[in-house]
Formats: sequence, C-alpha cells, structure tokens
Amino acid sequence: MKILIPTPLRVYSDKQDTVSVNATTVGEALDALTAKHPDLKKHLYSDEGKLRSFVNVYLNDEDIRYLPEKDATRVGEQDALSIIPSIAGGC
Amino acid sequence: MLKLNEQVYDAIRRHGEETYPYECCGVLLGRSISQDDSAEGLQGANDVEDSVRAGNIRTDSARNRYQIAPQELVKIQRQGRERGLDIVGFYHSHPDHPAQWSKTDFAEAHWLGCSYVITSVEKGVAQATNSFLLTGTREEDKAFEDEVVEVAALEAERC
Repeated sequence: MKILIPTPLRVYSDKQDTVSVNATTVGEALDALTAKHPDLKKHLYSDEGKLRSFVNVYLNDEDIRYLPEKDATRVGEQDALSIIPSIAGGC
Repeated sequence: MLKLNEQVYDAIRRHGEETYPYECCGVLLGRSISQDDSAEGLQGANDVEDSVRAGNIRTDSARNRYQIAPQELVKIQRQGRERGLDIVGFYHSHPDHPAQWSKTDFAEAHWLGCSYVITSVEKGVAQATNSFLLTGTREEDKAFEDEVVEVAALEAERC
C-alpha cells in the first residue's frame, strides 16, 4: 500500500512523497515505514511510542485514531495512508 | 522567499476581507525550490501556484483562532498531487491585529519548510501580508523566519 509523506517529512524519506510498503494492517504499514526510514520515527512518535499529538494519520479519508480496530485495521493495495501534521493558529 | 502571482496574492487577501471579523484560512499549493535547485544562488523558495480556501473549524473562537480539519487537508493534498503540486504553505488572517505570528501560531506550526502567510485585516480591509518560513529540522528546534514575499504580475494572455 502507499503511504503519502507530507512536505516537512520528505527529508527523512529520501525525498520521496510516497513510500510503498507491504502490509496487511495499519500498524504493520507504519512499522514498515519506520523500518524503511528510521529517521521518521522520532518525528511521528513520542518517546512512549504513541503518535505525537499534532501528527494525524488518515487511512484514505478516516482518522486512524477513530477506527474501530485502530492499528489492527486491515488494509489492501488500493488503500493509502496520509500523514498530515496539524495546521492551526490565531492571533 | 515566497513567490506567488497577483491572482493568488489578491485571493488570499480577499478571503480575509470576506470572513472578517473572523479569521480565514487556506492552503498554498506549489513547489518547493531547494537551495540546491535554485537558479538564483543559495536562496530556496516556496513557489506558490494556487491557493485553496479551507474551512475554519474553530467556530468557538473564530475571531482569534483558526484550524483546518485534517480530513480537509487530506483532500486538498490529494487534489494538489493530481495537479503535480505540493502543499508549500498556509495562509490565515488576523482581524484587527498585526500581520505577525503569535505564540499560538508558533505553538501550532508543524509543517517545517513551509511558509505561513498572515494578512492583517483592519475593519474589513486587508492591510499588510507577511510570510514566515518555518525553519528547523524537528519540533524542538523549529523557528519562524521572516521571508520576502515576491508577487509576480500575471502575464497578459496572447490573443
């Protein structure tokens, strides 16, 4: 499946905007991603191994945090994970 | 440096005027020119080709807060990729407030290498538009740097 890498993280994915991994679940896909590109890990996860609060990961159009089976959600070749850091602010 | 054409520049300022007294927000699509690729020497740039308006989901405090829903960003990124464009920055407005990043803007900025564009809108009229590049290699060493905004006039189409 494909994992879409946002602009700020491409320096850690060998400048690729898309990384292809073999995986059957969301968790496996993210593990495969950080195995392929270890530098990505500290930008995605806290020291406790949880996704950083400002990092959103979407399976197609759904936030993986709210999937009923979360990391165990099965994925196929046609699915795509998007990594989307938060965007907010204000005066 | 942030490069954009007149049409995009006007569009993001107009957006802020339309949503006044609330903050507007949107996404800048284009290409990032690294220092290595730049033909102008050492300076890199975010070259904006288009802007996309986004919804402000901070309806609880829209006069001084904005947030773009991640699911909307997923769609905008997908549409941008179909056009061969990347997300290179974001814009928002500061109603009756300077076009300068705030502590909140900084705390919530995570797109390293992207340009954060702010337009001051006073009493419904756009004033200054400034851009700030989010530099750094990770969350812990990020910093905003002032960057030049280069607005190119659109070339007239040949008849």
